[in-house]
Amino acid sequence: MENIIKHHIKNVKKGDQAAFEEIVSFYQNKVYHIVFRMIGDTYEAQDIAQEAFIRAYTNIHSFDENRKFSTWLYRIATNLSIDRLRKKKPDYHLDAEVKGTEGLDMYSQLAADQALPEEEVQNMELQSNIHKEILSLPPKYRGVIVLRFLDDLSLAEIGEILDLPLGTVKTRIHRGRELLRKKLRHV
Amino acid sequence: MNCEESQKLMHQYLDGDASEEEAQLLREHLHACPDCQQHYQELKQTESLLSGAAYELSAPAAFTDSVMAKLPKEKKRVGYMRWFRTHPVLTAAAVFFLFMFTSVFSAWNNDASVSVSKQEGLIVENDLVIVPEGVTVEGDLVVENGDLDIRGEVDGDVTILNGDLLKGAGAEANMAAADNITGEYQEIDQMFGWLWFHMKQAFTF
Repeated sequence: MENIIKHHIKNVKKGDQAAFEEIVSFYQNKVYHIVFRMIGDTYEAQDIAQEAFIRAYTNIHSFDENRKFSTWLYRIATNLSIDRLRKKKPDYHLDAEVKGTEGLDMYSQLAADQALPEEEVQNMELQSNIHKEILSLPPKYRGVIVLRFLDDLSLAEIGEILDLPLGTVKTRIHRGRELLRKKLRHV
Repeated sequence: MNCEESQKLMHQYLDGDASEEEAQLLREHLHACPDCQQHYQELKQTESLLSGAAYELSAPAAFTDSVMAKLPKEKKRVGYMRWFRTHPVLTAAAVFFLFMFTSVFSAWNNDASVSVSKQEGLIVENDLVIVPEGVTVEGDLVVENGDLDIRGEVDGDVTILNGDLLKGAGAEANMAAADNITGEYQEIDQMFGWLWFHMKQAFTF
């Protein structure tokens, strides 16, 4: 897959805009995932995830093809998310509650439309809870935890994405995991 | 191993960072310490909840279309400039051919006056070059922008650029004219033939 992506990137660099569509469609879920977990709100997450792809497109010439594209793309996405979080820091705690329910809305809308079996409804509630708990983490732990469980990223790659030394990545994962353990043990 | 050390090791183990030896020590401690056993189970549960949650999300419908619609439109000029930057050899070749063809075209258009290779005995009248009767021209004869009338003989190749071999005094003489050339006879009227001839000249002389 990495080779196909590299091929598309070469074409994008040559000015073939259509080749970028393949890249977006391949990475959209992952990028959206990162941003949604970091930000919480579905609309805002969509906005930032799109912005991440647009930035990747406009800066594609600064991407070094010898490196992993996903690392570069996720870095753009996490940086945009962290910037957004910084801007709204003052009302962060109040927001977190509202955000959580918006996540819930997304799941309950689905449930209403399709009249899902009990089991799936429970799963959606569980997912919504997990989402809320991840959002309640301080952003510096949130970043490593979100990336840790996405796409089998290695700790070294997480360090590269977040521009952190490996030791710091490990410490933050340990702290973040401890915090979540306390929140999720009664789920 | 105390409980604090054990908990540190649990995280290392979950990150895949613990050696076999450390893993064994941890197992022994967990076996002996119910609190740590509980702690470890909760961490394991957290891990599996989080990794399960990683597959639940997908981007909203029409996400890709929406991104593609928002991409900046490429300016044509920018595209050309980038092409030139990324293809220096082709750019150099294009510039070379541009200069070459402009000089060739101007030469083609301006070269209206008659010219002939220097040989003794030739008579030039306006646009007509005559090989007089009884005269034998030695060597290859080239006539440019003019007609050629052979009444005598040419001992060599004849090339006429942008002109005709005249039929001299009637059809019979014309037949004779072609016979009076000992080498090859060539008439070039087309642009590319003309170009090719000049290029060959440039390389052979």
